[in-house]
Amino acid sequence: MRFYEVFRFALRGLGADKPRSALTTLGILIGVAAVILLVAVGNGSSLQIANSISSLGAGTLTVSSSTTGRGGMPGRVGGQSTGTGPRTQARQLTLQDAEALVDPQNAPNVESASPVVNTNSATTTYEGASHDISQFVGTYPGYFKASSKSVAAGALFDKADVDAAAKVVVIGQTVAEGLFGRVDPLNQKINVDGTYFTVVGVLAASGSSASGFQDADDIAIAPITAVQGTLTSYGSLSQIVVQARSADAVDAAQAEITAILNQRHGITGSTTDFTVYNQATVQSAVADSNQTFTVLLGAVAAISLLVGGIGVTNIMLVTVTERTREIGIRKAIGAPKGAILGQFVVEATILSLLGGVLGVAVGLVGSRFEIVGVKPVVVPSSVFLALGVSVAIGLFFGSYPANRAANLRPIEALRHQ
Amino acid sequence: MNAPVLDVRAVTKVYGDGGATVHALSGVTLRVDRGDYVAIMGQSGSGKSTLMNILGCLDVPTAGRYLLDGTDVGVLSEHQLSILRNRRIGFIFQSFNLIPRMSALANVELPLAYGGVKPAERRRRALAALELVGLSDRVGHEPNELSGGQQQRVAVARALATSPSLLLADEPTGNLDTGSTRDVLDILDGLSTSGRTIVLITHEDEVAARAKRVLKLVDGDIVEDRRQAPVAGPPPRVLETGGVR
Repeated sequence: MRFYEVFRFALRGLGADKPRSALTTLGILIGVAAVILLVAVGNGSSLQIANSISSLGAGTLTVSSSTTGRGGMPGRVGGQSTGTGPRTQARQLTLQDAEALVDPQNAPNVESASPVVNTNSATTTYEGASHDISQFVGTYPGYFKASSKSVAAGALFDKADVDAAAKVVVIGQTVAEGLFGRVDPLNQKINVDGTYFTVVGVLAASGSSASGFQDADDIAIAPITAVQGTLTSYGSLSQIVVQARSADAVDAAQAEITAILNQRHGITGSTTDFTVYNQATVQSAVADSNQTFTVLLGAVAAISLLVGGIGVTNIMLVTVTERTREIGIRKAIGAPKGAILGQFVVEATILSLLGGVLGVAVGLVGSRFEIVGVKPVVVPSSVFLALGVSVAIGLFFGSYPANRAANLRPIEALRHQ
Repeated sequence: MNAPVLDVRAVTKVYGDGGATVHALSGVTLRVDRGDYVAIMGQSGSGKSTLMNILGCLDVPTAGRYLLDGTDVGVLSEHQLSILRNRRIGFIFQSFNLIPRMSALANVELPLAYGGVKPAERRRRALAALELVGLSDRVGHEPNELSGGQQQRVAVARALATSPSLLLADEPTGNLDTGSTRDVLDILDGLSTSGRTIVLITHEDEVAARAKRVLKLVDGDIVEDRRQAPVAGPPPRVLETGGVR
């Protein structure tokens, strides 16, 4: 009894009830495709988040004044720290702090430092149209590079605009649509809380709005000198955005910034009145949580694969019961146990292998499309794992009914109606 | 000559256990020589089907020995038994027992496939067997496209395909009309004439009348053993028609 004979019998057995074979295959197909697709979606979304974080500024550090202890509270200069640490003469970040950070001598790894003042929710109007900008930023031109913002139309403001305190503004896509609709916004004057600004440029869409909780395109950026004194008071900065010379120099730059600011603020102990955020730290935290997400998706998919496997067992059990008489006939005319066993194991394996291969195909094709805003990225190991598991399911789950069939006594099998 | 094809020694078969036991066979002893044509008669419940299943190695006796072609069947392993069923025995059932959705040719080829015969040789022998039962023009038909008589002839061809030393037929004409019964019995007569050993079960006298030897089974015991024609000659019906002609 050669193997291909057993294979032929198995094919004939499967062909006997095509709809049932097809449905069983479908169960495995869905399981395998789900594993590949869901893992790909998880992987894709974590890559996407990593991308959008790095697009927010690779090699960027953000310095903000911190409120460590009570000494850090604005307006409470000279207040006492409640902690056990040394007293902190808490000071706000100033323009001078920002300028001191650009120091080739003491901070060789810092490329630029842009002071930032921020107003949240500035009401803007243009010829009757009104729009609340969620972020109105006053800064230096270096901010654009540090935060990876580029201009889509018009131009960015430059150092001269800052020096002249020119009332010019660069707006994000969301603002442009909200205020101007189809009108060209360039060189139009907009009223921001009572002050007129001329639009000189429109930013390119950042594309990261899907993953952030805040619309990154709902922004307007103007020279800091124009914003201070009109929209915000003179004095303290919201933050300083520092661009390191390269992504590798971020850690060194962080140390330099900390040293310079410690010196300027007269801090000696561990209690500082400012915080330096490193994007890389945030990125790894997000990547970790995304890993969990992917594992969760994979687990759900694995369950559906298991259910598919149980489907194969079920069908094989039904098949064996239904064909008990046929098994009896085969045994009566001299079929050895191995041939019967082989036939049913091969039947189960064909079902699950076929389902597995089709599932891989569906998974790979499906992952070419964007799913809920995420471009899936296939993880090769998930393909092999899903296919391997589906074949293993066929072998293990199929061998139980097959064994039952092969061990039937011919006379018992023949009496079965 | 050599050993008898069938040598059954004091075989008993008991169903059930405890107080509710049924003695289907109570010590049957039987020898069948090569070339004989034996009809086993008996009413239902007489144990004839049980005897047949034991002869066909489909069931095992509770006690006693059974030698097929001089081989003690009781000591064989499951695998050896399947080879024995394949090579030595051709089984014909009352309900045909063809495998559905397989052509007549494929059904006849099946025991040859399990016996490890190569495809070309298998096809040749299966076609020859089908020709012998007069179904050369129906090889591609599936069982549900054939009449009862034709199905039983396919079953006879399947039983013959491996050239077994023993042909067992369990009420082969039980489900057939008169015409088909005559066709099948004529085939069996022909096989007997050519020297094949046949054992069949029946409760019809006209079927038994064609055998060379008739056994009557009552309550699991042989009560009558009547010879109608010598082992070495053709069966009685062939003798008669031959005489008339």
